[in-house]
Amino acid sequence: MDRQLLILSTVCYLVAVVRTVVALRARVFQQSRFNFFAIVAGFLLQTAFLSIRGHAEHRCPLTNLFEVFVFLAWSVALIYMLVGPAYRLSLMGAFTAPLVVILQTFALVAPIDVPHTAKMPANSWLEFHASISMIAYGAFALACIAGAMYLVQERQLKTRHIHSIFYHLPPLSDLFAAITRLLWLGFLLYTLGLTSGFFVGGPLPHLQIVCAVGVWVLYGAILQGRYSRWFAPKRIAALCIVGFAAALTLLWGISFSAQIH
Amino acid sequence: MNLFCVGLSHHTANVETREMFAGNRETDCVLRDAGCAEALVLTTCNRVEVYAASENPVATSEVARCLSRKIDNHISELSPFYRHENVECVQHLFRVASGLDSMVVGETEVLGQAKKAYEAARTSGAVGPYLHRLFQRAFRAAKEVRSQTDITRGAVSVGSVAVDLAAKIFGNLPRCKVLIIGAGENAERTTRALASRGVVDLRVSNRSPERARELAAVVGGTAVPFENWPDEFSKIDILITSTSSESPLLTPTHFEKTLRARIDRPLFVIDIGVPRNVDPRVNELAGVYLYDIDSLQSVAEQARALRHQHIAAAEKIIVEHVARFQETLARGLEWRARNNAHPEIGDTSLRASES
Repeated sequence: MDRQLLILSTVCYLVAVVRTVVALRARVFQQSRFNFFAIVAGFLLQTAFLSIRGHAEHRCPLTNLFEVFVFLAWSVALIYMLVGPAYRLSLMGAFTAPLVVILQTFALVAPIDVPHTAKMPANSWLEFHASISMIAYGAFALACIAGAMYLVQERQLKTRHIHSIFYHLPPLSDLFAAITRLLWLGFLLYTLGLTSGFFVGGPLPHLQIVCAVGVWVLYGAILQGRYSRWFAPKRIAALCIVGFAAALTLLWGISFSAQIH
Repeated sequence: MNLFCVGLSHHTANVETREMFAGNRETDCVLRDAGCAEALVLTTCNRVEVYAASENPVATSEVARCLSRKIDNHISELSPFYRHENVECVQHLFRVASGLDSMVVGETEVLGQAKKAYEAARTSGAVGPYLHRLFQRAFRAAKEVRSQTDITRGAVSVGSVAVDLAAKIFGNLPRCKVLIIGAGENAERTTRALASRGVVDLRVSNRSPERARELAAVVGGTAVPFENWPDEFSKIDILITSTSSESPLLTPTHFEKTLRARIDRPLFVIDIGVPRNVDPRVNELAGVYLYDIDSLQSVAEQARALRHQHIAAAEKIIVEHVARFQETLARGLEWRARNNAHPEIGDTSLRASES
């Protein structure tokens, strides 16, 4: 039942992706509320899935890699719905949906939905640490998406080949401001998540700490580079994409080692 | 009752012919005398059209005579005039109001002109229930075309392309600082376009300080001595160059010095000088967007092409609105036949669409 909800949710996001791709191929991209509603539907189904899992496990559903990926996809959609309209970045939906589809499809297809063998007692610090870190990842994902939007627009401006989508993208300066805010939001949430990890109790796994601190240092360096004027906005946008790819890989490492332990 | 449209436009007549038939204040009354129960004249720089409703047919020559500015004019040549009856008339008006029949496809000025013409005719009492419904539906169709397609997107003239691109880079134009090097006619036109969008910080530099002061006074900016313009680089967001210099005035070296200090702020360079004032390699620098006259022209052409790609979608919307109008009209006629009266002009559903 819960997996069916997830499949339905993925279909909702996929519909938004297909619609965008068809419009882009026809070179008549037209922003509409359709994508937003498709994402809202997908988000509600994701929430239902996580709720069912949470009730079944009597804890936050982050017990294996499968749930980690679904929770991450949910966080991405959550942050999009919170910041998209606020920053007038509604077009972000067209870019958010593909990322969520990739994350959820991978979660559904890969054999990673393995129940945790050792039944650990519920630990509120652990749940807070894991969930807040995942939401921080959602903000980093959105920064990555805003970075992609920045690069698309920047390229069109540089090459002077203006596509239909250009007229729907927010101004470069607004996008850069949004990237900065999302980086800050993600960084602060991640710092909170990282700090709370030290209150979980029990022996601290060294590999996980190294990976988690690595992600924290990476985003800290991007923010430092932004304010110290080491990097141009285009470089920051590219770093948001590279940074998220690296963070995702490290997340895999963290979750995988946690599963082994 | 027949709905019809008689007119001439840039498709069928040159400007001299259009001028001859531009009508005047009394045209509505003259048309009513000619047998039109309701009549409205739409005059723009590209068209003169009469939309009318009449019980009996009114000949095209009769309408042309009413439109003619010469008294007792005998209209011998009717070939520039076109005539659309009933559904064709409805479809034509919807296309006109949506900018599909305009010289620059998707232009929105014609909608404002149609609204003004309707308002004037309504005030003078020349519009009755038929034209009221027709025009309200036309405004609704035009609004939908505008919001549902990209037909009005993108600037199609060089001056407005520069302003649109500036808005796409900076978002908030009033906060932008602009330096204009050269005070020629083109620079003035582009600067005025930026000023009209709220840009207030304008600095003008020219070899002739008098001309710089003159242009600065015209656009409400400040004059900068020509030898000092490199000092302004780190402060500005938009640079407009329009000098008659034979060799490039600005090379990547000029920019590299200041780019480090302003790495987080883009710089938009509009080079409208011929020959070009800015070395094209400047566009390769990070955060610098260089547009010369050819690239502005190219963006304008791309916007025009984009608008044409949306014509099919716009036509589809219009077909739907024509069908809906026909239904409404049929219902109105039925009601009229039953009650032997005109449909109410104050129909609330129609009034709601007037925005």
